[in-house]
Amino acid sequence: MSEARARSGAAADAGAPGRFEEISGWGRTLRVRAEQLHPERLDCMPPGVVLTRGLGRSYGDASLPPRPGDRVVCARRADRLLAFDAERGLLRAEAGLSLAALHQIFLPRGWCAPVSPGTQYVTLGGLVAADAHGKNHHRDGSLGRHVTALRLRTAEGQVLECSAQQEPELFDATLGGMGLTGHMLEVELQLAPVTSPWIWQRTDRIAHLSDLLARLREAGSRWPYTVAWLDCLSSGRAFGRGLLMQGRWAHPDEAPATPPGAGRRVRVPVDAPALAARAIPLAGRVWNGLSFRFAGRQEGVMAPEPFFHPLDGLLDWNRLFGPRGFFQHQCVLPYDTGDRAALGFLEAVRQLPMQPHLVVVKDFGAAGRGLLSFPRPGLTVALDFPCHPSHTRPVVERLNALVLERGGRIYLAKDAFSSADQFRAMEPRWEAFQTLRARWDPKTRIRSALSVRLLGDPA
Amino acid sequence: MRAVALGATRGIGRALARGLAERGAQLFLLGRDADELARSARDLELRGARPPVGRAPCDLLDRTSFAPALERAEAALGGLDAVIVTAARFAPQAALEDDLEAVEQLLRADFTHTALFCELAARRLAAGGGGRLCVFGSVAGDRARRSVAIYGAAKAGLAHHLEGLDLRYRERGVRVLCVKPGFVRTDMTEGLPAPPFAAEPERVARATLRALDGRRTAIYAPGIWRLVMQAVRRLPRRMRARL
Repeated sequence: MSEARARSGAAADAGAPGRFEEISGWGRTLRVRAEQLHPERLDCMPPGVVLTRGLGRSYGDASLPPRPGDRVVCARRADRLLAFDAERGLLRAEAGLSLAALHQIFLPRGWCAPVSPGTQYVTLGGLVAADAHGKNHHRDGSLGRHVTALRLRTAEGQVLECSAQQEPELFDATLGGMGLTGHMLEVELQLAPVTSPWIWQRTDRIAHLSDLLARLREAGSRWPYTVAWLDCLSSGRAFGRGLLMQGRWAHPDEAPATPPGAGRRVRVPVDAPALAARAIPLAGRVWNGLSFRFAGRQEGVMAPEPFFHPLDGLLDWNRLFGPRGFFQHQCVLPYDTGDRAALGFLEAVRQLPMQPHLVVVKDFGAAGRGLLSFPRPGLTVALDFPCHPSHTRPVVERLNALVLERGGRIYLAKDAFSSADQFRAMEPRWEAFQTLRARWDPKTRIRSALSVRLLGDPA
Repeated sequence: MRAVALGATRGIGRALARGLAERGAQLFLLGRDADELARSARDLELRGARPPVGRAPCDLLDRTSFAPALERAEAALGGLDAVIVTAARFAPQAALEDDLEAVEQLLRADFTHTALFCELAARRLAAGGGGRLCVFGSVAGDRARRSVAIYGAAKAGLAHHLEGLDLRYRERGVRVLCVKPGFVRTDMTEGLPAPPFAAEPERVARATLRALDGRRTAIYAPGIWRLVMQAVRRLPRRMRARL
């Protein structure tokens, strides 16, 4: 077949080769040169695709292929809306639809995504793969609770619909399954009604960690959205002070008459030089000093974008960390080990050879049905660090040991450096997940750098 | 606005149709694949197009499909304000070098048949009192380049035809807009190395929507290509041979 023909038909997806490009996770620590395809329709998958990825917002290697040169599909251009029930708020769309596009289209109509993670630049498929959580987890659970059906292409090429009624085991394994159970084609999910397209938020300054954890949980009984930022860079009395952020959708009489405009966005145009990137902890200390000292109690109306996704205003902000990149460690410490477990964990963080420039804490509600889903009742702690050539791995190992001692587990969407041993020790569910994968993908065609590292897949 | 679009299921056409949908336009889609047309029609309805978004089969390689398709579109929309053609074929020169059949097919799709479709469309628009005919050329049609010589020739011929069409039909209220995009990241260019100023289709769609509101007969999208092509046109032939 001539290429002239191949280029404009459905056959294009099966024939045209992809571009070789360097791809990485959001932390930019691991980079792979892979053949990446960006099809506008997902119904004709070319052969040999090892993984379907979204917008690459997982921090580590979850969206990376096992080997350089492997073929991956980026779903971001397959973003058509397929059905919407305006009465019930039930949406079906192709898996590449981004949360940003979803909100742009549906917020003015009175609906929002049931769960919003820290960035809006994620696809529906990515949200499902990570079983993403947001500031409302204590009340609404993770994304999987709101997904009513999925359309998958299995590794063997079978296209099937799955839900709590249809192929429920495959459905459960796909929620939080890191894209390893099949290529996600379509997602059907229940949107949540909003009272206006504006947020009513309140920020409280909290002097000490022990107060903060109690206040966080107490706020959760009154507010649908809560999260806390902690200052762990300061020493002495300032250690563990924090900002407690709470929000809800504004009532129509509180909200401005016009919907919020698109926020101004600035793009980081180049990678910061290594030297400048090293100043980040210092900058973080100054920033913490200023914001924790001067932010008082504030309350009022704000646009949802800076409330849910404060960092999205600065596009490609990960480039600030320079060529070495950065990493995040996010874990959940179950409640049954008590508040002391969380306090002890944060105390132990102080003893590490490097300090996180950002610490985010949030209380989780009930666990979802996802087989490998991350959230469970407890306190989740996310620590951001710039990468360091010799400290990174020991720090991750130490943090994982602390999590293990407290019966917790880590969030795979953030992980880049954990060892298989530590992961399996904290995730006894991994074997059930592998058994299910083997049923649908006996030749392990679908795999990622993460599945090779943690689940023992062949590279 | 009542608009019929050929090639709106993918690429720039998809982005442009979405832009029109957000403005609440009444759309009718033409294309080859019935399932894809149905999916895109639904997408556009959910993005704000006046439902129902109609659709009819139409294939650039089959010129007998043009007249019935336009007929159905006009009947369904109750008139026509704009006809948009983004459908085209693409092949880099290397793929055509030893394949005359492929060359012929590309010329037929991108020049002969697109020109015929435009003739029919202009006639219909004129009969209805006028309207906008928006067709996609390419910067490749401005100057010959080794890597896209045949494709460029077809697009050059098309731009010339559209210029003439605008002159011929202007008095009858038909205004032609020839959009010349640079490299745009779509399925059509998948796998090709992206040159500088490579754009997302949404950006080209925004520029086209602005131009549809105005009176220009030809635009570059993104606008930077106007300057780039001015410079390229001034390059000596010997230097262009190296591009």
